[in-house]
Amino acid sequence: MAERSFAKEVQDLRIGAGEVFHGEGILAVTKALLQSGVSYVGGYQGAPISHLMDVLADAEEILGELKVHFEASASEAAAAAMLAASVNYPLRGAVTWKSTVGTNVASDALASVASSGVLGGCLVIVGEDYGEGSSIMQERTHAFAMKSQMWLLDPRPNLTSITEMVERGFELSEASNTPVMLELRIRACHVYGSFVAKDNVTPDFTLRDAMENPQRDYSRVVLPPSNFVHEVEKIEDRWPAAIRFIEEQKLNEFLGGDNGDIGIVVQGGLYNALMRALELSGLADSFGNTKLPIYCLNVTYPLIESEVVDFCRGKSAVLMIEEGQPEYLEQAVNSILKNADVETKVAGKSVFPRAGEYTGQVLKEGVAAFLDRFAPTLDRDEAIGENRLSDGDAKTVAATVPGRPAGFCTGCPERPVFSAMKLVQKDIGKFHVSCDIGCHLFSILPPFDIGNTTMGYGLGWAGSSALQADSKQRTVSIMGDGGFWHNGLTSGVGNAVFNKNDNVLVIVDNGYSAATGGQHLLSSRATNKTKSTNNRISKAVKGLGVTWLEEVNTYDISRMKKVLTDAMTTKKKGPKVIVAQSECMLNRQRREKPIRQKAIRDGKRVVRERFGVDEDTCTGDHACIRLSGCPSLTLKDNPDPLRDDPVAHVNNECVGCGVCGGNAHAAVLCPSFYRADLVYNPNWWDKTSTRIRGAIIGFLQRRRDLRRARYAFE
Amino acid sequence: MSDDRPFKIAIQALGGQGGGVLSGWIVKLGERSGYIAQSTSVPGVAQRTGATIYYIELFPRRLAEEQRKEPVLALMPVPGDVDIVLASEIMEAGRAIDRGFVTGNTTLIASSHRVYAIGEKIGMGDARISPDSVHAAAEKAAGRFLSADMEACAAATDSIISSVLFGALAGSDALPMPRDEFEAVIREQGRAVERNLAGFAAGFDAVRSGAVETLPTAEETEAPESTAAPAVRPLLTRLETEFPEVTHHMAFEGLKRVVDHQDPRYGTLYLDRLKTVLALDDDDYQLTTTVAKHLALWMAYDDIVRVADLKTRATRFSRFRRDVVAAPDQIVHVSEYMHPRIEEICDLLPPGIAKWILGSKAARRITGVFLGKGRRLPTTKLRGFIPLYIVASLKFLRRSSYKYQEETARIENWLDLIREAAGRDRAFATEIAALQRLIKGYGDTHARGLRNFAAITAVLDTLERQPDPADATRRLHNAALADENGVALNAALVRLEKGEQDSSGAEAARA
Repeated sequence: MAERSFAKEVQDLRIGAGEVFHGEGILAVTKALLQSGVSYVGGYQGAPISHLMDVLADAEEILGELKVHFEASASEAAAAAMLAASVNYPLRGAVTWKSTVGTNVASDALASVASSGVLGGCLVIVGEDYGEGSSIMQERTHAFAMKSQMWLLDPRPNLTSITEMVERGFELSEASNTPVMLELRIRACHVYGSFVAKDNVTPDFTLRDAMENPQRDYSRVVLPPSNFVHEVEKIEDRWPAAIRFIEEQKLNEFLGGDNGDIGIVVQGGLYNALMRALELSGLADSFGNTKLPIYCLNVTYPLIESEVVDFCRGKSAVLMIEEGQPEYLEQAVNSILKNADVETKVAGKSVFPRAGEYTGQVLKEGVAAFLDRFAPTLDRDEAIGENRLSDGDAKTVAATVPGRPAGFCTGCPERPVFSAMKLVQKDIGKFHVSCDIGCHLFSILPPFDIGNTTMGYGLGWAGSSALQADSKQRTVSIMGDGGFWHNGLTSGVGNAVFNKNDNVLVIVDNGYSAATGGQHLLSSRATNKTKSTNNRISKAVKGLGVTWLEEVNTYDISRMKKVLTDAMTTKKKGPKVIVAQSECMLNRQRREKPIRQKAIRDGKRVVRERFGVDEDTCTGDHACIRLSGCPSLTLKDNPDPLRDDPVAHVNNECVGCGVCGGNAHAAVLCPSFYRADLVYNPNWWDKTSTRIRGAIIGFLQRRRDLRRARYAFE
Repeated sequence: MSDDRPFKIAIQALGGQGGGVLSGWIVKLGERSGYIAQSTSVPGVAQRTGATIYYIELFPRRLAEEQRKEPVLALMPVPGDVDIVLASEIMEAGRAIDRGFVTGNTTLIASSHRVYAIGEKIGMGDARISPDSVHAAAEKAAGRFLSADMEACAAATDSIISSVLFGALAGSDALPMPRDEFEAVIREQGRAVERNLAGFAAGFDAVRSGAVETLPTAEETEAPESTAAPAVRPLLTRLETEFPEVTHHMAFEGLKRVVDHQDPRYGTLYLDRLKTVLALDDDDYQLTTTVAKHLALWMAYDDIVRVADLKTRATRFSRFRRDVVAAPDQIVHVSEYMHPRIEEICDLLPPGIAKWILGSKAARRITGVFLGKGRRLPTTKLRGFIPLYIVASLKFLRRSSYKYQEETARIENWLDLIREAAGRDRAFATEIAALQRLIKGYGDTHARGLRNFAAITAVLDTLERQPDPADATRRLHNAALADENGVALNAALVRLEKGEQDSSGAEAARA
């Protein structure tokens, strides 16, 4: 179902104690969950933990064998609420999502479960989408851990440490009756490596046991007076229990040398990058051996005061390496030292950038700045390659390399929605467009440049709800099918109906949660053994009371344009919803291409469509590209010696979606586009009719060629 | 193994190019050759056509066993610490250089082909960026720089660029594993093995042969050499005798175009017109050459006759087969996306009738019924070919048509402007000639081009008063190509007016 199948890899989840597991970080996390005897798992897909959800979906058979219930939750809030099962029962559960956006959505349920406290171990695996390649606001999950008092694990990014921390996380959760968050940075999620496996564990107490022996404890419900008691419990019982467990089990590590005037405190997730920075500065070897004392925080919340004090005491300065802001850890370390009357200086954001990812280069420079100030006599030896470029050359290269914003895939069905929108704006003037989260958000980038804001998943229509006035122009809001089912149905459509909104919503219905990797949804067209699909969006919208509703095939640009214009200009008041439908091309190709190739191999008649541009009628204005941006619609040198501007050109990646032709029609562009139908394994009729046509057309062409030869120059 | 050291490898790729496949192969290669392998990537939105990076570290297992300790491997490349950079496109090699990954210790292997970025593609003229400076920087920055058109290698072997890059990596000897080991990885994976091995071999050979640079492109199917037809020989004689040699190339192409568009008589008109400019030119004949080019383009204006003619030619039939990469005997049906409007039909009618129809609401409404929406014409089938063939035969209507009259007036007006300016400032006149480039396309695009052309020619007087009129004109020309809505051009025109006022104010003050 999903963009990437792990059907083969999940078989490795069965391996037993002593065997070496090779695979991606998230696959390793799944294995560790099974080794921990987890009873239920839920979550919502999104980079960088999409693959975790895909792995779990592909592993449903194995999960079934181990009596693990897996849910592809409707949202992160739904996933977090699953943890309620561990409040009354000794059931281990894990949920996962993209952070911080998913944590935002989940935080209502998270705060509740953190208040109630848990009996069974609860692990929240958050994929931290921070730094390079991130698509979200740059914030820290750390703040959520602090506000709800959940413990935050940040293991060293190797599979052994990560899987170890999954197992210890459950124990910590149970020892302190507190849900625990496991933070994995984007590269750690996708790191390929290995670790020594253990046997999978089937829990002693099962979900069925819980359902057949319901337990109730009034004091676990978040309602007065228990809610006040919970706060006290957090401080007096759970916190000290957590500290004890972390200390006794040595979850944090003291690495490197054990003497010296200075030391480094580092978040576990940054340990490898730090060691590389030290290695390149001649201060460590490839195995992490270094004279510098290093205190590696595999648990970043709570801090263990005694460990911090012991590490810092006697040192003139420590370097606090903490990615993101605000610098909660640095502040806490300072406060701990102050309370303990330890004079050690703490350098953190004073030598590191306040914002942005701590890459190897940033760490190298930060460490150097720290050592310059606090250990200037320490021998260092920079071991990096020779930079042979002058500053001028480097600047030229920087200025030459073009930016490559993400965009719609070749043949994407969302592209024509925005082509049509661009054309409608030409006719009726500009309008305000409220965007959502999903592939459709690429509309804000060239060549479309459409969209004002994005407020969160499913919040496209809510994001324009204030713009409701007696106006000559309506607003358009966008929502994907993913966002629609996540919460847009209520926050967008329900909200608009209830408040008698008079604006337009376009729901892009491509049959998948496409941006997160093509997972199925309620409205997916495909059948799915374990999920209920084929629940139409239009039915849900109608059910909420929307009366102006149109379903449009996205590739029919002329109709898309007409329907949009109608919605924007109709005298009819009330919310207007356009459901723009066509299957995600990435998933469609993944499904159809192998079938087509097999059919061709088997000698069946197959017609493949693709598009082309005639170079001698193309005048090189590129209006077609400005309406499309399709990766397969590109440029090539103009073969005409009289013309300089490159002509448009369709490369062989074209999947024949027809958008460029549709645009040429809808925008009355030029006659250069043609569709080519390539026939594989032609039948008798194909061959005969082609021969007859060929004879007639060939005759006429030769006739004209002869006439033309009268004026030939060479 | 003699070369017992860790390797750090970065793959700088474009989303959708299959960098993950290549990364997986390198990991497997390392693992089967005694290395501990780690790879990472940053999937996410960058995977959707953006630029993305894969990073691999290979660490000799023997060293780790000696130390009885696992190495600490990094999850991202550090500038100055990358041994091998594989770039799937030349600008991506530039990006790797920009990020500091390429140093004197680095083997940089890059495909020399271009995948244009959206910013380059949407330009109204030619917004492509030359990769020459990246090539030059790569030569300088990298310990070794190996490059070949791997896209062409992939196409020639019906494989993917990842297999070609993998072959190039093997061919580069930057890793100590022998070729067999690389190929075994592809075989072991068991997907499209033959094609991937062919791509691999092409990549291997491309960097081994030192044949840096492009493979020969598909050979042109050129018509056999023939001498000029008697009907056009007098025109060629005129060209050779009346025009200086430096103008011959362009004027010949121009002449060919206009004769092809109409007939030899039209060619005579072309040479007559060009000659009036030649008379005003100086020794470098820059002006004549420029006019030769743009005059031909203008005279061979696009109308439905020309489009129908080009679409039905035998040469076009063989070209589209090549363009869509059809197999030699494959049946290919082609249909055209056409949207003829009443304007295009009127272009071919006598001026009186055309003007009447265009001015009459009723006539527009009636024709709108037939012409309102776009049509798909199957050119390879008779019901598409025959109508186009007939339209293509309507050349004889041209000279008496509305469009011909209009274009003739515009061309003559343009030539007047050129000739007028040429007497005083030939560079300026040349820039005026080049403004024809703005007029291209069909429908709205064509109308916009005409509008921009008119807007600039309306201020020629002001332009001529500028310190460098040619340069000022070129700047307006570029501004007209900067955006579709004329924002840049309008701003430039306002600036020009204002600057004019400012300087005249200054002159007045001085006086």
